[in-house]
Amino acid sequence: MNPIINGIPISYILGLAGILFSIGVLGVLIRRNIVIIFMSVELILNSVNLVFVTFSKALSHISGETVVFFVMAIAAAEAAVGLALVIAIFRHKKSTNVDELQSMKW
Amino acid sequence: MLEIFPLVVFLPLFGFLFNGFLKGRIPHRMAGAIGTLAVFVPFLITLAAFNEFRPMERTAPHLVSVFDWIVIGNFKSSFGYQIDQLSLYMTLIITGIGSLIHLYSMGYMKGNTSYNRFFAYLNLFIFCMLNLVLSDNLVLTFLGWEGVGLSSYLLIGFDYEKSSAAEAGMKAFILNRIGDVGFIFGTGFLFWFGGSLQYLELQTNLSGLGEFANYANIVALFFFVAAMGKSAQIPLYVWLPDAMAGPTPVSALIHAATMVTAGVFLIVRLNFVFLLAPETSLFIACIGATTALFAATIGTLQNDIKKILAYSTVSQLGFMFLAMGSMSYVAGLFHLMTHAFFKALLFLGAGSVIHALHHEQNIKNMGGLFGKIKITSFTFLLGTLAIAGFFPFSGFFSKDLILEKAYTYGSFGTILWTMGIAAAFFTSFYMFRLVFVVFFGKDNTDSHHKIHESPWTMTFPLVVLAIGAASVGFLQTPHFFLHIDTLERYFAPVLSKGYELASLKGSLAEHKSLVHDVELSLAGFSVGIATIGLILAYFLYQRKHSPILEEHTGFRKILFHKYYIDEIYDFLLVRPFLFLSKGVAFFFDTKILDRFFISIGLSFGVIAGGLRRLQSGFIGDYALFIVIGTFCILVYLLTRGV
Repeated sequence: MNPIINGIPISYILGLAGILFSIGVLGVLIRRNIVIIFMSVELILNSVNLVFVTFSKALSHISGETVVFFVMAIAAAEAAVGLALVIAIFRHKKSTNVDELQSMKW
Repeated sequence: MLEIFPLVVFLPLFGFLFNGFLKGRIPHRMAGAIGTLAVFVPFLITLAAFNEFRPMERTAPHLVSVFDWIVIGNFKSSFGYQIDQLSLYMTLIITGIGSLIHLYSMGYMKGNTSYNRFFAYLNLFIFCMLNLVLSDNLVLTFLGWEGVGLSSYLLIGFDYEKSSAAEAGMKAFILNRIGDVGFIFGTGFLFWFGGSLQYLELQTNLSGLGEFANYANIVALFFFVAAMGKSAQIPLYVWLPDAMAGPTPVSALIHAATMVTAGVFLIVRLNFVFLLAPETSLFIACIGATTALFAATIGTLQNDIKKILAYSTVSQLGFMFLAMGSMSYVAGLFHLMTHAFFKALLFLGAGSVIHALHHEQNIKNMGGLFGKIKITSFTFLLGTLAIAGFFPFSGFFSKDLILEKAYTYGSFGTILWTMGIAAAFFTSFYMFRLVFVVFFGKDNTDSHHKIHESPWTMTFPLVVLAIGAASVGFLQTPHFFLHIDTLERYFAPVLSKGYELASLKGSLAEHKSLVHDVELSLAGFSVGIATIGLILAYFLYQRKHSPILEEHTGFRKILFHKYYIDEIYDFLLVRPFLFLSKGVAFFFDTKILDRFFISIGLSFGVIAGGLRRLQSGFIGDYALFIVIGTFCILVYLLTRGV
């Protein structure tokens, strides 16, 4: 095991995960470009993955890392479907600005 | 025959169902025949059962239980029939006179488009009436009681396209409901005291109860209120004259022979209660005498042939209640039967006249019919002699027995007797007025129509009823004439237990003993009164047509308008009630209730309108809500602890 990583306290890593998560949420909330929003969502997911891995290591338990694999698989699937949707919407609207996509409200 | 006795009740039901369900698919002739047979066959069965029962020797009733109906805890009510002297007597009258009226209807209703419906209703009526009189418990009696109310509503409003007929039906129905409240209360009280609703069990249970005598007056009063409604006593009599809106055979069946006598029957059936209630009995006697006199005076100035007979029915029912009140139940039942004969005869005769004159009911447009319709005239005359109380027709014996019993009853006897004799005078007067105007006086008929005698289906019942009206009086005659007391001995088993109970409790109002000479002079007096009525009618309407009763001024105007009772009821009860209902409907309902519920609906609309603004369609907004929501949940979980 890498001794450098071992020396880093858990709180640092959790702080980093929190910062990443916040950046992701802010990105989802304030960006208009749908592709950027997707990337922000990936950021959120990865911050969560980081938390899982950290706890998994600290508690010497494998289940956290197992969950991370599931998250990655789902994130990949989500990205595939999401990007397909983005392409479909772009073809239709000629735009990737989410503020122009409000025709679904009643 | 006693084993198959339930058939008596169920054959009319079958007739009703058959004619009711197939009314559009069977020819009129068949419906009429089925309807008539459904009453006539029970009559034959009853006759055979009557023979087998040996009413003069047997004392215990024969009970037939068909099936249990309601069983809750110690409350039990079954479809059970009690066959005793009283119920056999009533059943014979109902099915016997009923089948004659059915036969008559076959001729009278010919050509009516609702012929089959009419017969279905008639059978339903007979079914309910038989349940009423044959039942062995109060609940089944009440079923029949309500059933005849329903059937009379259907029959009175038979020509429902005429609003007057429909209204008369409703009036009868509603006024009867008022009385029925009394029945329900009385039943409840009896169950409370006696622990059962079967007549026989009640009779034995109540005799063991010392304190019941204190409450008997209240219970009896409740049942009397019920009887007031059905039997058209003051103040609930106003439906009966209006009920003449129904076809004439209906008037004969319901308002002469059966339903209106249900009240009399009920009192006799519960004689063990009424005998313990001397105060209520006195009250009944007073109401009866008042009704007899009151209705008889109204009858003197009416011009509708059926209305005159209707008021005479009310008056005769008053006589029966006078007998009930003076605790001489046999006299009341006797008059019930003779009245059934002569009043059915008179109604059917009136129907025959109306038929001959093409639905003319106003006696001012009649006259000189004697000889033109021979059978009708003769039988009608016989019926009139019977109702007026001429010797030796049936009405004489029964009415005289009542008057005699009233005369000897307690300290008010003479007053009751005087009212009764006055009523008898008016009865004789208005009936002979009717006869003179319709059959003998100047011919005022519409000459365009040919007057014809009715078909045999109508005249045959008239003849049979006339024979009955002339002769059934000999079942019970006074001491000075033959001294037959068949009825008294016949009814002794039904009434004796009640009498024992009452004398044991010391509540039996004793009749004063009567010297035979007095009895004879009482009878002679009443015949004399009737003769004076006849002579007066002759002079006023036949000898010289006097205008004295045709000008309607002063008291005569009040009389012509039936004492304005309908108007008074309308003013005192109907209008305030309608006013109240309208207040509830248009103020409370729309202004308060509707507003309350509508505002609940509106408030949801307002809330929804506010919430819909959140649905902007901007993805960013939704994401923000998710974040805020998640944040709130997190804060909640952190502060409260998981």
